[in-house]
Amino acid sequence: MSSDHSAVSVHEHPPPSFGVPNLKLAFWLFLASDCMLFGSLIATYLSYRGKDQLFGNGPYPLDLFSVEVTTISTFDLLMSSVTMVLAVAAIQRGNMFQTRLWLGLTALLGAIFVGFQGYEFTHFYLEGLKLQGNLFGSTFYVLTGFHGTHVTLGVVWLLLVLATTFTKHKNMVTHLNVEVAGLYWHFVDIVWIVIFTLVYLMEYTV
Amino acid sequence: MASPAIVLPEHCSEEKLSGIWSWITTVDHKRIGVMYGVSALSFFVLGGVEALAIRTQLAMPNQSIVGAHFYNSLVTMHATTMIFLMVMPLSAAFFNYMVPLMIGARDVAFPRLNAFSFWTFLFGGLFINSSFFFGEAPAAGWFGYANLTSIQYSPGPGVDFWALGLQTLGVASLAAGFNFIATILNMRAPGMSLMRMPVFVWMTLVVQFLVILSFPMITVALILLTFDRMFGTNFYVPEAGGDPLLWQHLFWLFGHPEVYILILPAMGIVSEVLPVFARKPLFGAPFVIFSGILIGFVGFGVWSHHMFTTGLGPVADTAFSLATMLIAIPTGVKIFNWLATIWGGSIRFTTAMLFALGFISMFTIGGLSGVMHASPPIDLHHQDSYFVVAHFHYVLYGGAILGLFSGIYYWFPKITGKLMDESWGKVHFWSSLVGLNVTFFPMHFLGMQGMPRRVYTYEGGFGWDIWNLCATVGAFMLALSALIFFINLLKSLANGEQAGNDPWDGATLEWTLTSPPPVHNFDLMPKVTSERPFWDQKYGSTHGHDDTTEVAEEEQLPAEIHIHMPPASYWPMVVSFGVITFFAGLMIHPVVSVVGALTVIVGTVAWTFEPE
Repeated sequence: MSSDHSAVSVHEHPPPSFGVPNLKLAFWLFLASDCMLFGSLIATYLSYRGKDQLFGNGPYPLDLFSVEVTTISTFDLLMSSVTMVLAVAAIQRGNMFQTRLWLGLTALLGAIFVGFQGYEFTHFYLEGLKLQGNLFGSTFYVLTGFHGTHVTLGVVWLLLVLATTFTKHKNMVTHLNVEVAGLYWHFVDIVWIVIFTLVYLMEYTV
Repeated sequence: MASPAIVLPEHCSEEKLSGIWSWITTVDHKRIGVMYGVSALSFFVLGGVEALAIRTQLAMPNQSIVGAHFYNSLVTMHATTMIFLMVMPLSAAFFNYMVPLMIGARDVAFPRLNAFSFWTFLFGGLFINSSFFFGEAPAAGWFGYANLTSIQYSPGPGVDFWALGLQTLGVASLAAGFNFIATILNMRAPGMSLMRMPVFVWMTLVVQFLVILSFPMITVALILLTFDRMFGTNFYVPEAGGDPLLWQHLFWLFGHPEVYILILPAMGIVSEVLPVFARKPLFGAPFVIFSGILIGFVGFGVWSHHMFTTGLGPVADTAFSLATMLIAIPTGVKIFNWLATIWGGSIRFTTAMLFALGFISMFTIGGLSGVMHASPPIDLHHQDSYFVVAHFHYVLYGGAILGLFSGIYYWFPKITGKLMDESWGKVHFWSSLVGLNVTFFPMHFLGMQGMPRRVYTYEGGFGWDIWNLCATVGAFMLALSALIFFINLLKSLANGEQAGNDPWDGATLEWTLTSPPPVHNFDLMPKVTSERPFWDQKYGSTHGHDDTTEVAEEEQLPAEIHIHMPPASYWPMVVSFGVITFFAGLMIHPVVSVVGALTVIVGTVAWTFEPE
């Protein structure tokens, strides 16, 4: 998908001096910066955690959280990382049928996660948690909303890759491309694990 | 052995390369570099006019040439323009034009992404400046402190233009960061190990890492601000428990690395220029490189030195004070290495060299006042006074801008094939040097005499009058020096002396090419055997012995070489347009944002499937 444009005596694509293809390298750099983005959003959440209690301004996390439901959605997202790995392995072996199967399943599990998020947001909203109402509302919706948007964009990406395998451009779906989609997907999953721990599970400790 | 014939693709023909459309769809790093440069110099004029308006208002006490609110807009826009629309893009002009040439590459890793970065920057800059015509230019300072920026205290559209414009510029910078790091790490010519890279390329690499790791913090700060203003959240609203200090932390976590983003490219340029015009290699090049890396790294640990007066407490104050003083060490190392480079050298006082020498002296002055503010008890007096204004103008004008001018005079011949006029150049240099000192040195006195920053006027009788008048005179001298520069630039473009490939007897790869270089840069991949590859070719091996990486026999070359150059594309501009439409739509109507987002998605897909 990306061409290497170094000056060459005869060879068009000399190996990258750093040993990692341009697309993958650039994508890791993007993930590093996205880490800083989520890090800032999480730090904001943590710095405001508990402040609403001082103002007597609810609702509060424990009033709303259902750790059972969120555990299910977390498990769903984790399983989607497994199917993603299987997709990368399938294209590595050149098995197009399995690549399509696992890509499709990953997108489906991702969409289910987004569905759970939508359910949770609606439920919390109906219980009185507004974006504007208190700090918990603002920080929670913005943090998990940005994460959910990342998952949604990931699902769209996976579906586009899947769709491409059915068109005349199917040769563009290479191991490298699926691997890069996989990197994004695993990143989004890891960020969720961090959010699940710091936002949800931490409320259940002393 | 006959040189092979170079066969370029049809889209590289003379005919295809002329006309506006060829510039709009270009993905050539050299053309993109030129566009960044022209844009930056245009914004320089705009920012300069804003400065003159400020200085005219402050020339004497109790004036009302501009009103208070408009004065705040002038101060905000002057800084925002100079930082984001002048220094950064002018540095980007050099990254774009020179880095591929200096590492022996034909272009950057992602040429279309490169074009996207330029158009996104341009649209962002135009968007912020359009605020002057659409109700209100932002007036809350370039640092936009909360909760002055809240809807309550800044009800007009100015802050929205500022926040959304900066987000757009952030997208452009981030994309360029990923692109340049991949380019520098992956596309070096054989034999060019990292420690053989020119120092300018090293500084570019460090700067891009600073960009990709610091910009996300301002992205989040601006997201929270935009949500507060547009969706009623309370991130920075004290009455609801929000903390204005959250803004300051997030902003300065970005803002401090940003100032190193502003200065390191100029330091890189100076590290290239001094050795050439002293005819001596850069002294201690590995130390200069490691110092640059250290400055970048430690630069992430000092942000709260901008917050000494906010009541963080003695522990935090001490930690940040120590870290800030520590940064002076690698900075000093660079300065001593530059001095050691010229010591004993055979010096040619060309304009480029004069600007590089000016950088060293002026940046040192700015650095000294900076180290003073590193002490919290002293900073208690400096904070929000003109002493700080003096400090950062010395490092930004005396440092970054003089360094960038050095780069212009040094590389203009390579880019245009003509030399800039040296006599006019020297007048430009001396008038800049005198002008900047006349403008900014008195600001140290004003600060010590207690004049606060960001005041649109002042009472007479505090002893400030003479220094303000002096600074205004200096500002007009700087305006004159800029005029001289632009006249020289245009004159030299029209009928400057022919430069040839290597007017300065340079040591790095860009000087091996014609001026300007051909569209494909290098016919054959250069083979690099030291950190001064062209010097080796001209004068024999730098290290006085045959490097084992030297190729013993000539490679068998074919009669013809077909070079693949990436074709022009309009998708980068389309996606850029989608980005600015998305952000602007937040101020206009949600449907506009949706259209913008869809344009980005559809444009990206089309871009992906375009033949390369």
